[in-house]
Amino acid sequence: MEITMTLNGRAVTDHIDADLLLIDFLRAHGCYSVKRGCETSGCGLCTVIMDGRPILSCSILAARAAGHSVQTLEGLQEEASEFVGFIADQGADQCGFCNPGFVMNTIALLRENPNPTDDEIREYLAGNLCRCSGYDGQLRGIRAYLDSRQG
Amino acid sequence: MEHKDYKSINKPVRKKDAMQLLLGKPVYTDDLTPAHALVVKILRSPHANAIIEQINTAAAKKVPGVVDIYTWEDVPSVRFAIAGQTYPEPSPYDRLILDRHVRFVGDAAAIIAAETEKAALKAMRLIKVKYQVLEPVLDFRKAKDNPVLVHPEEDWFPPCEVGGDNRRNLVASEENEDGDVEQVLADCDIVLDRTYHTKAFNQAMMETFRTYTELDRYGRLHVISSTQIVFHCRRILSRALGIPKSRIRVEKPRIGGGFGAKQTAVCEVYPAFVTLKTGRPAKLIYTREESQTAGSPRHEMEIRIRLGANRDGTIRCLDFYTLSNTGAYGEHGPTTVGLSGHKAIPLYTGGLEAYRFRYDVVYTNLQASGAYRGYGATQGIYALETIVNELAESIGMDPTVIRDKNMVREGMRMPAYYNEIANACALDRCMEHCKRIFGWEEKYPVRDMGNGRVRAAGVAMAMQGSCISNVDVGSATVKLSEDGTYNLLIGAADMGTGCDTILAQMVAECMDCSVDDVAVFGADTDASPYDSGSYASSTTYITGKAVEKACAELKQRICSIGAQMLGCGVEEVTFEGDRVSREQSGQSVSLTEIAYKAQVNNTQAAQATATHSSPVSPPPYMVGMVEIELDKNTGLVTILDYMAVVDCGIPINPALARIQTEGGIVQGIGHTLTEDVRYDHRGRPIGSSFMQYKLPTRLDMGTLRVEFEHSYEPTGPFGAKSIGEIVINTPAPAITHAIYRATGVWYRELPITPEKIVIPPKEEDRAEGRKES
Repeated sequence: MEITMTLNGRAVTDHIDADLLLIDFLRAHGCYSVKRGCETSGCGLCTVIMDGRPILSCSILAARAAGHSVQTLEGLQEEASEFVGFIADQGADQCGFCNPGFVMNTIALLRENPNPTDDEIREYLAGNLCRCSGYDGQLRGIRAYLDSRQG
Repeated sequence: MEHKDYKSINKPVRKKDAMQLLLGKPVYTDDLTPAHALVVKILRSPHANAIIEQINTAAAKKVPGVVDIYTWEDVPSVRFAIAGQTYPEPSPYDRLILDRHVRFVGDAAAIIAAETEKAALKAMRLIKVKYQVLEPVLDFRKAKDNPVLVHPEEDWFPPCEVGGDNRRNLVASEENEDGDVEQVLADCDIVLDRTYHTKAFNQAMMETFRTYTELDRYGRLHVISSTQIVFHCRRILSRALGIPKSRIRVEKPRIGGGFGAKQTAVCEVYPAFVTLKTGRPAKLIYTREESQTAGSPRHEMEIRIRLGANRDGTIRCLDFYTLSNTGAYGEHGPTTVGLSGHKAIPLYTGGLEAYRFRYDVVYTNLQASGAYRGYGATQGIYALETIVNELAESIGMDPTVIRDKNMVREGMRMPAYYNEIANACALDRCMEHCKRIFGWEEKYPVRDMGNGRVRAAGVAMAMQGSCISNVDVGSATVKLSEDGTYNLLIGAADMGTGCDTILAQMVAECMDCSVDDVAVFGADTDASPYDSGSYASSTTYITGKAVEKACAELKQRICSIGAQMLGCGVEEVTFEGDRVSREQSGQSVSLTEIAYKAQVNNTQAAQATATHSSPVSPPPYMVGMVEIELDKNTGLVTILDYMAVVDCGIPINPALARIQTEGGIVQGIGHTLTEDVRYDHRGRPIGSSFMQYKLPTRLDMGTLRVEFEHSYEPTGPFGAKSIGEIVINTPAPAITHAIYRATGVWYRELPITPEKIVIPPKEEDRAEGRKES
């Protein structure tokens, strides 16, 4: 089948199998930031933003995204650059494999709630697993960014 | 303790790859594979122990897009081990690429190569296998001398003598002691005899096992793999595939986590075989399920300890017997078990008069185990720290006080640790420091919060090593560039730990330049100097020292070229970071001038390679304390606070050392409370997806606080020891202790799930009925 979606601001048209998952469509179109960490919608690594809302791209067919706007980290470099340096300063990037999904969900969080409390951050990002960092460093990084904006 | 004012050491420098990783750049194995690479899939055995009688691939091969399918008849018949260890490996050579005898549910039965994943999966369903199903060995307690043999084959081969015997399902066996255990035990006021059981926890790194292979421009096998061990991997592939090492190049890109899982060549051999057979690029990306069920997890262990003590809390004797379950293949079996004693017992060197450590490592028809952060020490320390807590509680002594009384201290000789001296040991200060920040005096007493909720605290100590002494080799090449910057080439593998960065910090410190002026490359068997690889907590300590030595040698060469330019002897000049100066004349030449000179009519290389190995493996030490809230109605354990103080010598990068510690603690919390490994009665894994194998989320770990007590290790680079592994060792015993405080029950098997807390297993001794033998 042929689908068209807006991917990172540009119209993309492709012939796809009806059972193609969005994650595989995105990776096939050069969005390598989108990672697969499980097959059970349980790790958050493949988080992308569709029509402004964070979704798991492993749990939606590419066909379902037809006619919609999908953003991956490739398309949100500037927005991400505003805060990821603070996470780097904590050393919390670690292996990095969970970073794109967690950064995308953080972007979604900050759009929804520009001044979240620590508990709100934990809650919002609870579906983003990380096996390296123990999570606190990621939180400290986001907190440092939020504090820098206030300061 | 030596304390210097460093420019780059002991500074929280950003990881060199941080922005690439955080901005999602394509830096991992599967981001680098071409679209036309063949997709490799493995057909896996549904039986725990079976012989393939017939395997029919005819229908499967007809699926459009299928390139070829390989079975046991197609592969070389030379046995090999996939453990990433220095040759000759202690792990037995007990594998073939495909074996007619499949030994666990998930063992490889066929290799499928296809143009697309869809075609490969379709073909997988069409392969017809007739198995002769055999009785499996599923209980590791009954494996030794079981009539059913996991490895009955004649060509089973141990490269090292480690006490193994495949006719007894035995991979390794040993016994060693210091002092007369029975005599001391007979003389003790109290003897506790306890058995503890830990399971085959998964590393669950976010990036599953994966490898890409192709033939390079010279027709050599080029392997890009998510591995911690490029050089061992090359050696393993060479033996398994029967091709010379000169025909193989192994490199690692960025790695999405390893924790030891990738210290075993779990999947490399399959796509490599496909590329050799077809001449085409191939990739194998493990699913999460494959990673969890055909990976390389922790060794399940049962550890029996007899502890002898006096009524005043003096621990006089420790007698260990560890039974380790290596699963269907022996990777890391003979070595992990050693740490369960040798990296636990020395914690109580203080008043110890005798110890004995015996072990057996057995085969079973379950997933093969491998290397996992902590490598046996985690299991041993869980058992030892729990029995010490049991002792403290049984004699009514504060468990921190009993540790102060017995712990190893700086300058002590540790008989259970190969008689090494604790040159740098701040364990006593870690305890004092942790008690203070945790508020031990207030939190240790059990507090009833009403509504069935109880708050309680627990404590544990830990140690590890900083390398495999007399074995591990680390090397570094440092090169000067024309603008006075440097390249650092290493064979160690940064798997997210930040070793590229901390080694660059060392170059910057040695060469008196900025960390930004050091570019790091690694790891690639063609280009990197030899390194055993990143495991055994060795990279900071071993490769770091190699970096220091290479820099010293390079400095000497730079001075020599500079002196030549200044027309004087090398002894007359000094290295000043950006230049070489001759004090006598006030003349100097810049690093840039020297670098350019090195490229014209020059016979002295403006680069140096150095190699290091160590006769000792200085232990880092730490103390962890946990406060939990336990809901007696539901059995739910909530971690409120976890505080740890670590002595890793001088931390090269305190930010990264802190994150290592926090990450290790959270993994340990998972193993203690939520991550379970279960099999059904036929040896089929149950609940291995992330829906059931529950990793801690950021809602499950409470407040972490990590601080450091410095010691100065004279044999380490800039006084450093290690940090990577020790940090996973305290949660299990500390949380077990806190749960006892809250419930009065000692749980001697991990994990301790809410179900077990509400309905304690029958064999657990209740506090009131506990026997004091």
